[in-house]
Amino acid sequence: MKFVWFNLQPWPYLPEDFREKYRSVWVDIPNTLFDPEKGHELYNMYLDQLEFAESLGFDGIGCNEHHQNAYGLMPSPNIIAAGLARRTSDAAICVIGNSIALYNPPLRVAEEFAMLDCISGGRLVAGFPVGTAMDTNFTYGQIPALTRDKYAEAHDMIIQAWTRDEVFAFDGKYNQLRYVNLWPKPVQKPHPPIYIPGGGSIETWDFCLDHDYNYSYLSFNGYKGGKALLDGFWERQAERGDRDDSPYRTSFAQIMCVADTDEEAEKLYAEHVLYFFNRCLHVYPGFSDPAGYRTVDTIKAGKLNQLRKENMEMFTKLTWKDLVDGGFVIAGSPDTVAEQMEYLATSLRVGTVFCLMSVGDMPDWKTRYSTQLFAEKVMPRLRNIWPDHDAEQWWCKPLANRVRHEGDDLNHARRYPDTPEGVL
Amino acid sequence: MSVAVRTVTTRRGIEAKVRTMGAEDNPPLLYLHGAGGLLPTEPVLDHLAERFAVFAPEWPGFGEEMTETRIEDMLDFTLHGWDLVDALGLERPFLAGHSMGGMIAAEMAAINPAGLRGLALLAAAGLWLDDHPVPDIFAMLPFELAEVLFADPRGGEKVLTAGLDFADDDALKRFLVGNARKLGTAGKILFPIPNRRLSKRLYRVTTPTVLVWGAADKLLPTVYAERYRELLTATAAELRIVEGAAHMLPYEQPEATAAAVAGLLG
Repeated sequence: MKFVWFNLQPWPYLPEDFREKYRSVWVDIPNTLFDPEKGHELYNMYLDQLEFAESLGFDGIGCNEHHQNAYGLMPSPNIIAAGLARRTSDAAICVIGNSIALYNPPLRVAEEFAMLDCISGGRLVAGFPVGTAMDTNFTYGQIPALTRDKYAEAHDMIIQAWTRDEVFAFDGKYNQLRYVNLWPKPVQKPHPPIYIPGGGSIETWDFCLDHDYNYSYLSFNGYKGGKALLDGFWERQAERGDRDDSPYRTSFAQIMCVADTDEEAEKLYAEHVLYFFNRCLHVYPGFSDPAGYRTVDTIKAGKLNQLRKENMEMFTKLTWKDLVDGGFVIAGSPDTVAEQMEYLATSLRVGTVFCLMSVGDMPDWKTRYSTQLFAEKVMPRLRNIWPDHDAEQWWCKPLANRVRHEGDDLNHARRYPDTPEGVL
Repeated sequence: MSVAVRTVTTRRGIEAKVRTMGAEDNPPLLYLHGAGGLLPTEPVLDHLAERFAVFAPEWPGFGEEMTETRIEDMLDFTLHGWDLVDALGLERPFLAGHSMGGMIAAEMAAINPAGLRGLALLAAAGLWLDDHPVPDIFAMLPFELAEVLFADPRGGEKVLTAGLDFADDDALKRFLVGNARKLGTAGKILFPIPNRRLSKRLYRVTTPTVLVWGAADKLLPTVYAERYRELLTATAAELRIVEGAAHMLPYEQPEATAAAVAGLLG
């Protein structure tokens, strides 16, 4: 099994009455709530945490793209990834990903990902999300009904740019380039592994299977809520019969909090997890699904919208117990977490887990405490869950003789922030 | 009033259902609906049919058929309008359009002003004024729409949800699918800002024009009608304000709206 440590980089200073006072954490949140000096501290803290995760042996460290969103500070994930590429040596740099329909031209993604792959020595894992409606339509102004068509064209341009060795013209509907001639090119051949963060549409499943891309279900619904989606993917895989059932075809995001005991987990983490569900996920429903964003087939297939609607109402009333019982959060002692993770991996048939361990307004020391316990006491027990499968096809292939970044300059990443006395 | 439904196929190969009504020897009027589509009953068409031979096509993407991927940008929309005129065999028709339909009608007139006998823009979209930002209907929840669209929101609510029982899962799904098609299609020319540079082309309109606006329009307040009048430099457009109506004036004051359009007949 592969473990990617991932932080959404939330803004931890939303006021207590945020939900009552403002309609959305995303798109039209008053930007007067943002304080750049605090932003300076946060970016550095979050980057340090990612480097810390590498030092503990996580296979990958990850970042993603959100816009005008107080639970994600990364409108440009490639800037975060560039910082990581220069300060780490072994972990995959998982950019999950660039919303490729938003880049004009999408050649920009082919270029920047190639740069990241070169700088990191072939450690890039490349994500291509369609992007949420909040990001893609309401913040970046893409027309909902044309977003998927534009995405498909962007994908086509990027793959051609990465793989063709001659100068070529690209006559697209949304992009016309007379001379496509990628410089630099990625280290990994034919290109870095591609992960597709997606929901539950058949189109997405087929797209992943057609191209042997990783189907990445990245939500905050947890493993119980996410099971239907992964089941759908595997049913589709079996129905088609043209692809193997390697669990490394899928990845899954899960919020996890590890402590010495189950009781300690609640004591340490409950308030931060509730901050995340109550304040960070307070998204105005009008922004989540504009007409045309989802395909008619997906709406007809049902399930999803209702799931989301129920979730939105549910998030307002959830308690720690609800979150743990509902599988939104896997929390507790290393034994508890390992057992539930093993169940997650095998019941959903997942090869790669995106470990969400910095949650809501969690202070640095708690994030590190939880992360270290996971790395030392949980990860080793799950490593060989899939002895008959090899992740290679869906994982990066770094250069053996790559430049390494080690030693004194990483001391800040390995630091242990002061733990308040008497807490543990 | 007897309503017939005809299906025509445009030269591009797009099938369109067209409601027709009114005496055949009345002057022809092509009526383009707004982003909500044609409702089961359209009282304004009945009133228009007293003076015109009315042709009210369903826009591609607004019916039961699959979303029409050939109609993508403003020029596609505009040419489809003219393709319909040709497919119906209309000779210099009058043209009326409501909201999104008004935007398309204005574009059609800018491209071929001589092909029209008269133009009626009913609360037409297509312009943007920084000082009067158009509310974002794409980010509104169904229950918020009536408040913005109607002078009488409670009555408007009934118009919008006509005959649908939302407690019934299938009905709800049909509504969502219909809505995705309709507003999804409308978004191609209205999202995120309903401005496809029509303002640069309105100078070409020489057609006699009437602007018909609801006095209480909150979506496109009457200042937008004034702006249309300023930009229509080649024709003396007449502005007719309809009292007791907002953006959905064809539903709120169908008789007065039809009478304002009929003013084009002189």
